[in-house]
Amino acid sequence: MSNNPERLSFISGIGRSASGRRLGRTAMDLTLEAALEAIEDAGLKREDIDGIATYPGGDAIASRGFGGPSGQQVQDALRLDLNYIYGSGEGAAQLGAMIEATMAIASGLAKHVLVFRTVTESTMQGMKGRNPGQGMQAASGFMEFLAPFGAISATNWFAQVAQLHMHKYGTTREQLAQIALTCRTNAGANPRAVYRDPLTMDDYLNARMISTPLCLLDCDVPVDGSTAVVISHVDYAKDAPKIPVHVNAVGSAQYGRPSWDQYEDMTSMMAQGVAKQMWSRTDLKPADVDVAELYDGFSIITLAWIEALGFCAQGEGGAFIEGGQRIARTGDLPINTHGGQLSEGRLHGFGHVYEAAAQLRGEAGERQIPDAEVIVAANGGGPIAGAMLLTRGISS
Amino acid sequence: MSLDLDILTVRIPPQDNPECEFFWQSGADGKLRFKCCQDCGYFSHPPTPRCPKCLSTKVAPEAVSGKGTVLSFTVNVQQWIPGQAPYMIALVTMDEQPDLRLTALLVGVALDSAPGDVIGSRVETRFLSRDGIYYPTFVPEGSPA
Repeated sequence: MSNNPERLSFISGIGRSASGRRLGRTAMDLTLEAALEAIEDAGLKREDIDGIATYPGGDAIASRGFGGPSGQQVQDALRLDLNYIYGSGEGAAQLGAMIEATMAIASGLAKHVLVFRTVTESTMQGMKGRNPGQGMQAASGFMEFLAPFGAISATNWFAQVAQLHMHKYGTTREQLAQIALTCRTNAGANPRAVYRDPLTMDDYLNARMISTPLCLLDCDVPVDGSTAVVISHVDYAKDAPKIPVHVNAVGSAQYGRPSWDQYEDMTSMMAQGVAKQMWSRTDLKPADVDVAELYDGFSIITLAWIEALGFCAQGEGGAFIEGGQRIARTGDLPINTHGGQLSEGRLHGFGHVYEAAAQLRGEAGERQIPDAEVIVAANGGGPIAGAMLLTRGISS
Repeated sequence: MSLDLDILTVRIPPQDNPECEFFWQSGADGKLRFKCCQDCGYFSHPPTPRCPKCLSTKVAPEAVSGKGTVLSFTVNVQQWIPGQAPYMIALVTMDEQPDLRLTALLVGVALDSAPGDVIGSRVETRFLSRDGIYYPTFVPEGSPA
């Protein structure tokens, strides 16, 4: 298994723009800030970058801040010649862009790929409001059989997953709360987090409902910000200035129906296949994982990832996180050490990878997990999923 | 007294789509229809031009009982649209096939019902007609017509 192609690449540089609520800056402005920081962090010059990959390769204005600039727009803004470019909202969730980059490197198409994800959802909500159906004249695509029935928000879709999980397995709101409480505690040690004030169980239980059983504190906080990484060929590792963050294994599988309401086991999600594939590509086991940076667009997604990745059995996630000790920074499986999207802000998946890399390099400051060597980063929820197993240094 | 099915302040209609037109028109005669394979009998949703099971092109809309069992649900409370009262959305497994599911509004169930009383409960389909679209809507089985 040591010759999996993804092992030919490593994260050589990480960068991020300012992030926060309603910054009022353009998506390109934020993207260039993050990209140039990542390139410098990798010890490279911009002309060394010969590949770009992004998620979702969209349009910041038309998508209400969900999509950042396209890869070509960034290529042009930096006047780059590229051997490879990729941008898609499909693929293995947000991480699909990083997995594509590893494969471009493994196949020899590119040597240094800039991968970025930019959101300006907070500023756009300030300009255009929060109604996800606003401006939608008619529902098409996957929304055709959701929006006409009032299921216009992702909160509604994930709420039904949480409701069924609770009903079938006895998971409680108090258990689910531990995702939000843990993230908030961790955010207290992250100067860049949006919400850093301590949160109590009472705060959680008294928070207003959004879509039962999910309350406001189960939902992530939209922000503006851009995150970038440079993924390079391992040949460069000996010259790179920072501790290499190696890609040990990736998971991109999509098993079962890619649907918000037609997936066979509605207590779970596409994460299951991704985890199965990722573990099949490595000798490492769930017990070897020091830290888990698990997507938390909604708290229930993190719970589903904990189960899918095999940290506990399907349905036992509630008991696994009960009390919060196990997933705290001092616990057996620290999660979302930066505060996650629930408290740091919704950098949409890439924030988890940035944090994973910072932890593996020992650059996470007050929230550093001692001797973190193996970290899993997982992105996506519902029908969208991707995962990467990252290690400190280049493994043989 | 019959149930008021018109509970959304703003109803986002489906986009014109020849593949799915039958679905949104089906309620004209009070019946819910899904695509059904004329060769293997498999119902599918959302509609596609071939049977996803046997790949036959002989798929046609076929009426179902409209009855089913609630698999999961949520009460939407957030006012995405100002003034919108809370409402219940349910994911229902139709009687005809274990993997034939439809998400729709569920009307006529107390919004503060215990989840265990809603999940697993029996429902049937009614239709709300608006602007030429017949929106299937679930109600508890045996609700007044």
